[in-house]
Amino acid sequence: LPTGIIHLTYVKAATVLLRIGLRLEALQRQIEMKIVTPEDAVAMIPDGATLMIGGFMGVGSPERMVDELVRQKKRDLTVIANDTAIPGRGIGKLVDAGLVSKAIASHIGLNPEAQRQMIAGKMAVDLVPQGTLIERIRADGFGLGGVLTPTGLGTVVEDGKQKIKVNGKSYLLETPLHADFALVNAFLADYLGNLSYALTARNFNPIIVMAAETAIVTADHIVPVGLIAPDHVVTPAPLVDYVVANG
Amino acid sequence: MMTMEPSAVIAKRIARELRSGMLVNLGIGIPTMVAAHVADDVRVFFQSENGLIGTGSIPEEGMQNPLLTDAGGRPVMALPGASTFDSAMSFGLIRGGHVDVTVLGALQVDEQGLLANWMIPGKLVPGMGGAMDLVTGAKRVIIAMQHTAKGKPKILSKCTLPKTSERPVDLVVTEMAVIGFPNGRATLLETGPGVSVEQVLAATEARLTMSDHIQPMCV
Repeated sequence: LPTGIIHLTYVKAATVLLRIGLRLEALQRQIEMKIVTPEDAVAMIPDGATLMIGGFMGVGSPERMVDELVRQKKRDLTVIANDTAIPGRGIGKLVDAGLVSKAIASHIGLNPEAQRQMIAGKMAVDLVPQGTLIERIRADGFGLGGVLTPTGLGTVVEDGKQKIKVNGKSYLLETPLHADFALVNAFLADYLGNLSYALTARNFNPIIVMAAETAIVTADHIVPVGLIAPDHVVTPAPLVDYVVANG
Repeated sequence: MMTMEPSAVIAKRIARELRSGMLVNLGIGIPTMVAAHVADDVRVFFQSENGLIGTGSIPEEGMQNPLLTDAGGRPVMALPGASTFDSAMSFGLIRGGHVDVTVLGALQVDEQGLLANWMIPGKLVPGMGGAMDLVTGAKRVIIAMQHTAKGKPKILSKCTLPKTSERPVDLVVTEMAVIGFPNGRATLLETGPGVSVEQVLAATEARLTMSDHIQPMCV
């Protein structure tokens, strides 16, 4: 090949690389707006807010956000989550600090403090079957007016709910659940906010991220864009409003 | 003969109900023990409803991963071929009839196989967790429980505690008996090791239909 053509090819390649570099820099500037400290993230949350919090018995819960909620003493919170974990862990810390006025959960049995506050009337508890709870959250995030489920038929769960027959089978109409904030924990978050999760720490996290006005994410590792391959992104970046910086 | 613990009798007997390729969900307590009694040549997929298929046993000290736990939040191992997923998928598996067998504990079971296993009003209100979805959606529901509680029968003519589902269970295994529900009626199928039919009847409040071939439990 004539050297002139080879030279031209190099110039072209260099131009493309430069352009990619510039675009990445623009992305980087964009993401800087998304990254917040835990202090600033929690400062956005007012007393009385409704929070969806990820985690199953504390596994996959955004611990640093919980700690900061306790430090800033955010009161009168409504918490929508699978469970109330155990004292000293995950949502259990909010219960310990007396910051939860209402919990919508499937299970509080492994947290004696949550049981005590419920019996004492300090914390209202709305118990929802686990599969129904996650579907009510999903319905909201997916723009559905509710879900029809057979779970709860013939039990106290059906009290006050509409029963609907479809193809001869009965279902309960369960309505969507919406929150002001979703507090999510991911395993990996890239600079843009793409998320992936690890093992059983996934649970409610990728569902709640879609059902709140504002989604705030803590991640075990914050990684460069591209490190989470497109096939492995579970939560796409546009769903994430803030990534909490790792200290 | 060495006498076996009641929980071991129950877990061993239920393990014999499981076949290779089945997707199985075990509740906490005696149901969890079933996994340890599955025969070596039977390859079952165990689901933990927090988002895992391929649940293994408890890891050795120092080998736990804090992000790999069972539905009680305890560290577990994952077997080769395991998969993880979110809670919507997990309960889609359960409610959608993809779980072949669920093994659960019980407070009470009645003559028609209706189950109460999630609350004692005024005393214990832990929440139903995944129990209502499991009983409603699993292809087969097996109850693992001691036959009586503090000497009082748990198999009653009618449950006095709030029910878990309107769907009846398929099999009840206690240390004293195996009870099925053909035609919607509690039927004695097997008696436990060293237990007579009369002893089962004395410890059961529900009316039991007698199977034509009551057999000794094989454990």
